Amino acid sequence: MSPDLLKFIFGRLGIDSLPFHEPILVGTFVMVALGGVTLLAGLTYFRLWGYLWREWFTTVDHKRIGIMYMILGIVMLLRGFADALMMRAQQALAFNGSEGFLPAHHYDQVFTAHGVIMIFFVAMPLVTGLMNYVVPLQIGARDVSFPFLNNFSFWMTVGGAVLVMASLFIGEFARTGWLAYPPLSNIGYSPDVGVDYYIWALQVAGVGTTLSGINLICTIVKLRCPGMTMMRMPVFTWTSLCTNILIVASFPVLTVVLALLSLDRYVGTNFFTNDFGGSPMMYVNLIWIWGHPEVYILVLPAFGIFSEVTSTFSGKRLFGYTSMVYATVVITILSYLVWLHHFFTMGSGASVNSFFGITTMIISIPTGAKMFNWLFTMYRGRIRYELPMMWTIAFMLTFVIGGMTGVLLAVPPADFVLHNSLFLIAHFHNVIIGGVVFGAFAGINYWFPKAFGFKLDPFWGKMSFWFWVTGFYMAFMPLYVLGLMGVTRRLRVFDDPSLQIWFVIAAIGAGLVFLGILSMLMQFAVSFLKREQLKDVTGDPWDARTLEWATSSPPPDYNFAFTPVVHDNDAWWDMKKRGYQRPLMGFKSIHMPRSTGTGIILAGFATAMGFGLIWYMWWLAALSFVAMLAVGIGHTFNYHRDFDIPADDVIRTEDSRTKLLAGAK
Amino acid sequence: MSRLKILALLPLAAALSGCNYIVLAPAGDIAAQQRDLVIISTVLMLLIVVPVMALTVLFAWRYRQSNTSARYEPDWDHSTKLELVIWSAPLLIIVCLGALTWMGTHLLDPYRNIGRIHAERAVDQSKAPLDVDVVALDWKWLFIYPDYGIATVNELAAPVDRPINFHITASSVMNSFYIPALAGQIYAMPGMETSLHAVINHAGTYRGFSANYSGAGFSGMHFNFHGLDDKGFDAWVAQAKSAGGSLGRAEYLQLEKPSENEPVRRWGTVDADLYRLILNMCVETGKMCQSEMMAIDAKGGNGHEGLNNTLPLSYDKYARRGTVLGPEPVFVAGTCTPEAPQGQTTASIKAPLDTAPLTGAGLKRPTFAPLKSSSFFIGQRPKSDS
Repeated sequence: MSPDLLKFIFGRLGIDSLPFHEPILVGTFVMVALGGVTLLAGLTYFRLWGYLWREWFTTVDHKRIGIMYMILGIVMLLRGFADALMMRAQQALAFNGSEGFLPAHHYDQVFTAHGVIMIFFVAMPLVTGLMNYVVPLQIGARDVSFPFLNNFSFWMTVGGAVLVMASLFIGEFARTGWLAYPPLSNIGYSPDVGVDYYIWALQVAGVGTTLSGINLICTIVKLRCPGMTMMRMPVFTWTSLCTNILIVASFPVLTVVLALLSLDRYVGTNFFTNDFGGSPMMYVNLIWIWGHPEVYILVLPAFGIFSEVTSTFSGKRLFGYTSMVYATVVITILSYLVWLHHFFTMGSGASVNSFFGITTMIISIPTGAKMFNWLFTMYRGRIRYELPMMWTIAFMLTFVIGGMTGVLLAVPPADFVLHNSLFLIAHFHNVIIGGVVFGAFAGINYWFPKAFGFKLDPFWGKMSFWFWVTGFYMAFMPLYVLGLMGVTRRLRVFDDPSLQIWFVIAAIGAGLVFLGILSMLMQFAVSFLKREQLKDVTGDPWDARTLEWATSSPPPDYNFAFTPVVHDNDAWWDMKKRGYQRPLMGFKSIHMPRSTGTGIILAGFATAMGFGLIWYMWWLAALSFVAMLAVGIGHTFNYHRDFDIPADDVIRTEDSRTKLLAGAK
Repeated sequence: MSRLKILALLPLAAALSGCNYIVLAPAGDIAAQQRDLVIISTVLMLLIVVPVMALTVLFAWRYRQSNTSARYEPDWDHSTKLELVIWSAPLLIIVCLGALTWMGTHLLDPYRNIGRIHAERAVDQSKAPLDVDVVALDWKWLFIYPDYGIATVNELAAPVDRPINFHITASSVMNSFYIPALAGQIYAMPGMETSLHAVINHAGTYRGFSANYSGAGFSGMHFNFHGLDDKGFDAWVAQAKSAGGSLGRAEYLQLEKPSENEPVRRWGTVDADLYRLILNMCVETGKMCQSEMMAIDAKGGNGHEGLNNTLPLSYDKYARRGTVLGPEPVFVAGTCTPEAPQGQTTASIKAPLDTAPLTGAGLKRPTFAPLKSSSFFIGQRPKSDS
């Protein structure tokens, strides 16, 4: 074949793009390939493809989509954490003239991928998954406002994750740090495919996130059941509302800034170049105008989870519901006024720096108020130490430390000495792990029985808890110390031997966290095996307070046979108190959305288009784009979008629950 | 068992391993004041963090389910007094911290001339501060001493108790110039200048490095900063002088090429204009300096003709090479050079797609004179100068 034709077909993809020279990657690839082949063979052997396609991939049921988000988040957590282990090992080894085991070319990809994956493909899916699963149930709705869009959003997120994973074995990932600052990320200094993988993975996933944000806002605003005024919404729904408002307002900024960067890289514009009046600092501003709200996008739902958990397990109404809501709203607004604190050291004047420093500190006031609200919810309560509550206590003790170091970093002169140091790394892991990750785990342990009808095994749950908490402290407290010794981030080798001990401790901490992750997987496996023992037939295993616990576990497709009517905060608690009787007759047929494969097909084409653009396979990009348009337009002619669950089916489902409930008593 | 014991001893061993908390025990007055702010802010915040943590543990213990003697009020969810306290206590602390921040940020602004050598001594205004031009290169630091006409790579020195004015820029990507013992960091960015004013109070050798990831050689991008007494500093300058060699534009273009773990290098003489050229991204001959470009822009630009003349303006070293869909760089090489007033001789030159570093080196640098000669601006709009 002529080279021109090869170039036309494969763009810049060649045999040398495959990392045969990296033994670590070849080994990983073999493992992944073996695992993948086994999985695919198993699915084929047990004839699960049809089931998966019909019941899961094409579903528009918010509950199943929520569960798929969680699975995506946990799978990507394994990848992101593998990167973390490699970094910790590299930094613990590379002393006394040793270069460690990772060359710069590989190490720089590892820390970039770690950041990107953990934020976009672990934290975001976990948070979105929980919101997707819980919010419609909490507001007494049958699904989200746009069920098809929900499916499409999920698969776009998967598409982004697929591109990031592909970069491991085909080509390489960015070597720029997780925010890809130009000029380093511009074509002049990163001519390879790495940054293009970064751009298109985030663009594809970003579409999904933005659409899912719009979807959930509409759901919360329009689909609340009768009686649920805004000030009667559960706090988790409130924080979800604020988070999705943040998503809709900030993700377009990310999309635009990445689009500008790709114009620089593909067509030679000069938005962020050094010459022709380009301004790399503009990129830094824009990306943080998205980036800072992103932090609150992640942590607000976690705050919501802690509110639900504290109130439920203290057996008590949430203290200061109103001030909790206002605190959330204030944080939402203020999160747009602080972005510059990520680059005080870029030479803005003292007045600008102090303005952004002080607005940052002001955020700690509503956050502090929230902390007190949880505290006084526990006060005069009856606290049951189930796993969700344990995660909450760990959060409260950990997060205040992270919050304190955060406010410290908001003082510009203090930031001048701590910026980009390991102190900063310790700070944001302290708030993201202590806040978002602990929150996600609290949420998983809390809502798992709702989703699957049995509780998670407490023994392995506690193992996971203690490994995670001790591992976290061992891994990140040394980084605070190193930061105070003036050690900066992203270093690959060190020449001061006195630092090594701290990196060794941090590596051991990371090892403990690894055991925590393994225990969590073990917890899922053991719980599945012991599901009969851990079974909950009541639908309300925690004696909880909000509407999702009013229906069965797992909830029927239609969530509620009759739309509930709400009279107070903590609607389900109120219903229980007033001696609510579950209706046993009068069921009608229920109007529901129909599954469709359009979402996964569209996302598949979007991913292919991203791949084509990354490798300069223009035909693939163009073809995928046209296909996307065609499928999208074609879908508008699909008139079979809904169906009715016949009254008989509803009666059968509800009757079986009645029997179960009778058996439980 | 013994292995576990060793694990338990690790933190202790770490604490005793002769650690150098340089951020908490710096040697320069600016860094010391920044350290003070770190400590004061931390103490202020501990005022509220410690009670919160204590209350968390206390409530978690006191109101556990098995403790039936504790009060249980399932419907108690509001107290105006408590709400006042939980909003106003953090507010008060933030008011104090905010005031501290405002003052501290202005007093310790890196652009501000320092007013004191240390707490007991003001700056003697009659003595000139030490000027140092700092350039972050891939991946080493270039220091130019304009007052002494010397330059070094990866080694910096300053006399104790003499104010230092750093002017900082970079050649290609962003870095951050940071000597923890001396003062906080500030970014070094191409085509832009940042400043840092600081003073070192104790003689000694301290570490400086880049605190912003800048590519493959980033880990090796560090240098020693020597705080020396006056005599020692003079000797250090003399050492550099005696190293001979001259750092001019050609040598700089060699030096700025990417390299890792560079040893210390010294030059006895240095092109007095070099730093200005680096900052304005016109060290290569044939490039238009940013300052000139801005002067032209301030006059209203070059009109349509200016649009075509891009080659003297392009700087990003490898920028066009990978840009697959963009236009090739175009240039009007002949319109303004005195040697070829019609541009006939050079108009047929096609800019190579692979513009590896020195593209355009053969071209004459456009002289600055045309700015004044109105005939140069063929396409310029009639414009009053008022």
